[in-house]
Formats: sequence, structure tokens, C-alpha cells
Amino acid sequence: MARTLKFVDALREGMRQEMERDETVFVMGEGVGPHGSCFKQTKGFCAAFGEDRCRDTPISELAVAGAAVGAAMAGMRPIADLMWIDFSTLASDQICNQAAKIHYISNGQVKVPAVFRMTTGKFRSNGAQHSGSWYAWYVNMPGLKVVVPSTPRDAKGLIISAIRDDGPVVYLEHKLLLQTTGEVAQEAYAIPLGVAEVKREGTDLTVVATGFMVRETLRAATRVASEGISVEVVDPRTLMPYDAETILASVRKTGRLLVVDEGFRYCGYGSEIIARVVEEAMDALRQPPRQFTTLHTTIPFSPPMENYVFPNAAKIADVIRSMMGAGA
Amino acid sequence: MILMDTETKINLLATMLRIRKVELQVAEMYRQHKLLCAPHLYEGEEAIAAGVCANLRRDDYITSTHRGHGHCIAKGMEPKRLLAEICGKKTGCCGGKGGSMHLFDPAVGIMGTVGIVGAGIPIANGLALCARLRRSGQVTVSFFGEGASNNGAFHEGLNLAALWHLPVIFVCENNLYATSVQVRRSTSVEHIGVRAAGYNMPGVTIDGNRVDDVYAAAAEAVERARAGGGPTLIDCETYRIRGHFEGDDCHYRTEAEVEEARKRDPIAYWKSALVGEGILDEPAFEAMNAALDREVAEAAAFADESPLPAPEDALVLGGEPA
Repeated sequence: MARTLKFVDALREGMRQEMERDETVFVMGEGVGPHGSCFKQTKGFCAAFGEDRCRDTPISELAVAGAAVGAAMAGMRPIADLMWIDFSTLASDQICNQAAKIHYISNGQVKVPAVFRMTTGKFRSNGAQHSGSWYAWYVNMPGLKVVVPSTPRDAKGLIISAIRDDGPVVYLEHKLLLQTTGEVAQEAYAIPLGVAEVKREGTDLTVVATGFMVRETLRAATRVASEGISVEVVDPRTLMPYDAETILASVRKTGRLLVVDEGFRYCGYGSEIIARVVEEAMDALRQPPRQFTTLHTTIPFSPPMENYVFPNAAKIADVIRSMMGAGA
Repeated sequence: MILMDTETKINLLATMLRIRKVELQVAEMYRQHKLLCAPHLYEGEEAIAAGVCANLRRDDYITSTHRGHGHCIAKGMEPKRLLAEICGKKTGCCGGKGGSMHLFDPAVGIMGTVGIVGAGIPIANGLALCARLRRSGQVTVSFFGEGASNNGAFHEGLNLAALWHLPVIFVCENNLYATSVQVRRSTSVEHIGVRAAGYNMPGVTIDGNRVDDVYAAAAEAVERARAGGGPTLIDCETYRIRGHFEGDDCHYRTEAEVEEARKRDPIAYWKSALVGEGILDEPAFEAMNAALDREVAEAAAFADESPLPAPEDALVLGGEPA
């Protein structure tokens, strides 16, 4: 039965249902215990599962990530909450050198079914060290899967798949999405990793967007629809593996491609999507594809500057208009 | 004083000797260009791996280092699978995907030697946490060098292990050199063992070249960990006889220093102790020596004769797509 839930409640429900189903699943991180996490992602878990399975940790990202790697190697399914993606730099050896590589270098003998959860993105002037969107870093590391849900329904179905996956998964929660609402089924369900969803159908232009940018792009699409521009919005939902087929099919239909990315431009996710489309569907493109990203700068603190560097619905609508003007 | 039976005493000697012979074989294979990557050899430190692992069950876990061949041998990896891996052969313990610095054999609890200094420490905590949650009685040993004890992974790892009373034994091999940097130039304390106090866990500093001392310290730590008494830091003072890697010109130390250290050879020490006790004589030692020579020669032949992986095996793991 579906009902309306907030993103954070859907995420929590997915984790809780997996913890009920599989006793090897546990959560650890700074503040996940009685406090229930920064954004209440694990609220009630201590009472329900005890502190063995909902473990507060020191602010010790390297040790937490490493404990997740080791526990996963020995057969558990840990969920390590690293809070902000910006803090994951402190854990990057364990995520990138250990978790990502151990299955391979052990020639398949050892699996690392760990989930590393991190919040990402723009949020209330959090400034340079609390606003990161560096999912492309993790996409660039063979051995990791990267999940970026944009809706409550996806948040639940994708965390369930992330937990069940036999390899390490980086699961990214955009801070501005946590309080958004949507329809979510009560029973446990898994959305497979590597399957995109067309969030809005259209005929003139394909916009590929992830995470919070899906929401902003949908708002932009509504604005330009009244001007006669029909935008198709494709949400890859997982960036590694990613569903190139759905993106290519959409571009073959519309003939135009824009990638909206809250990450940075250079060697970013948008660059990959555009490269893939050019390699495989150049003939379908009626005009050069574009990417629209956060400006390549340190994220500033003060709101006017912060708003200036990030994409948003109004700016996305302008880019769409300019593409349609140029190519119409 | 921990008592050892005669069989254990003899086995400790055999393990140390096996490690020594395997390492000298690796050095020879490197000289013959049978492996490309310069290996990091364990000569002179054998008493630590042997003395610690003699206290472990088959299903206990270890994590190890770039200088990890000795730990793997002591924990039960077959020398032929080790040598084949180091030579990049398909029959190696990781099918040639790991190499000298990334050795795994989960069937005997070897959960990885790591090429990143200190990285095995936080992983050991996770292995131990799993054992604790499952009440399996397993313990985990993390081997690392004094260089790692200056690294965040060590400090974060020891704090978490003590906080959670994890069944882990942290075994520091202070061989005086972190690559080329002498311990006095890198480390704020004289003995790494004192660092345990900062994390409210027992810590001891012992002579890592005396396998009886290592065995006794490890026995106590393993017993404590299995009984739920939490982690221990064992600081084993030793000496890295060879360079950081084969081919290292070792300009940062004198030949005289190395010769002095050779006088404290752990194998000579233990052999003489056993002879003194009357449980080993020269013919018995020669028999052991000859048997191990044969074993290592066979392992080397296995590695030599084994096929290289096919290039496309790069994208296959144990028969499955990578």
C-alpha cells in the first residue's frame, strides 16, 4: 500500500525493513545511536535493534569505514554513515583502496557488501567544506557502485538494493531532498541498481539530471512547458552502474541533450554522459549537447554567492530556452 | 611464564625457517627477473609471525602489510601459492591479481596484506566486530610496522578497538625503519608499546627476535581477547635485515649496523635454545632443514611451471565476470 512519506522516512523504512529481514545488517556512525543521526535517518533504531546493531562511533571516519570493510569481509552487511560526503576524504583509503579493490585483488575470494552513506550538496550556506557533490570521484573508482536517489520512492528501493548488493555501494542523500515527500509503498521493494527512470516524458529535449537536480529540472520543465517546449527528464538513479540505454533511447527520440549536474564540470558525470551519447548516438543529435554544472570554484558561504555558483530551476530553464532557440 | 610443549617449540623453529627459506627464494627469483615488482622481505623478523600465529586457530583472522609473506606462511598459506602469486601466475593465491602486497587466503583467515601503511588496522576492527556480534570466539591479529603507528589509522583504530572491547591483537613490528626513515627521526616515543596507554589498553614491548617471548605475549593477548577482555598492543622490537625493498641501496644505514643485527638472528637464537634444552640435535635440525629446502624448491618449481593468466583474465574473478 502506498502512502505519502518524506524522503528521510522512506530511507529509514528501507534500512529498518532490511535490518528486520537480515540480522547481518547493522548501522554505525557518529550520532546514529540514541540521537538518531543528523537528519534523523536512524531515529528509533537503537530502541528497535539495540546498540550492537545501531552503533555510535567516534568522529573517526577512517576507523568507521575500515570497520565497515572488515565486518563486510567477514560476512556482515554494515551501513557506515559518514554524515557529509566532505568528511569522506578522511575515509577515502578505506573506501577507494580497500573496499573498492578487495574483491578484485582477492580474485573474488572476499566480498565487501558495505554501504557508505553520505549526504551531499547545497544546503543552507553550509559553505566550502559541507556542500560537496563529488559523486564523480567515486564513480571514477572501479569496484564501487554509486547511488543517487531523487525521490522518496527511489530512496527506499535503492537503499534496499544497496544493502543487498554483494559489493561496496556509496549511497548519496542530498540534504535538500530529505524533507521532500512522495508516494512510497509500505512493503519492502528493491529498485535494481543500474536502471534509470524517465521522470517526465517529452519530445523536444532530453535532460539527464541526478539527485536534487532532478527536482530542479522538473520545475524548469514545467516552466518551459507553458512556452511550448516539451522536456524529457531522465534520472539515472545510479551513476555506477548507469543505464546508458535509457539515456540513448531518449536522445534518439528528442535529438537534443542537456546534462544538469550539481558536481563539477571537468571529468564530471556530465562529461561521461555526453561522451557516451556522442560515441553511440551522434547521428541522432540535432545540435551540440550541453552540460550545465556547478561553477568550478570553491563553494562560497554567503547566500547570493552560493546561489550564483549552483544550478537551479530558473537557470536550467534559461539553458533549455537557449538550446531550443539555437536549435529550433 | 607460558609453557610450550615440545612439539610447539619445534614447530616454531620450522615455521621461522620456512619463512626464511621462502623469502630467500623470493629474493633469488627477483634476481632472476621472475617478478617485476621489487618485494619487501621479512628476513630477521620471522619470530614475530611464527610466535603470534602459533597461538591462532585456523579460523582466526589476520591483516598484514606490504612486508607480509611471513605472516601468510605462518598463518597457513601454502608456499607454492604464495610464490606463484608473487610471480604473477594463474595458480597464485589470488590468480595473479593481487601480487606480493595484496595476498588473500580467507580459507585460513588471511584477510589481506595491504599496500597502504596502516590500512589493515581499521579492517581488523571490523573483522573482530563481526566475530563479536556472532559470538564466534574468533580473534583478529593486525600486523603492522612502527611506521604505521604514526599514522591516523593506528590511532583511530586503537581507540575504536578499546572503546568497543574488540577481540583484536595489534602486533607492531618495530624494525627501526619506515622505508628509509629511522624510527628516531619519525616517532615521538622510544617504545611503541607505551602508546597503548593512551587508548586504555594493555601494551607490552618485547624482544621481537625471541620467539618464546613473542609466543608468550601473544598467548596472553589472544586468551584475553577470546575471553572478552578486549584488545592488546604487542610492540615487538626487531630489525629489518634487508632493505625496504629488494634493490634498496640502504644508504641511510651502515653495513656495520646490519652485521650487528645479524648477530641477534631469531632462528639461531631459538635453535640454540632448543639444542640447549636437549630437544633438538644437529641431525634433527639438518633433517628439518633438508625437508624445508625440498618444500621450498618444490614450491618454486610450481611457481615456475605454472601458466601466466590470459590477458582477458583481468576481467574475470574466480570464473565470474569482474
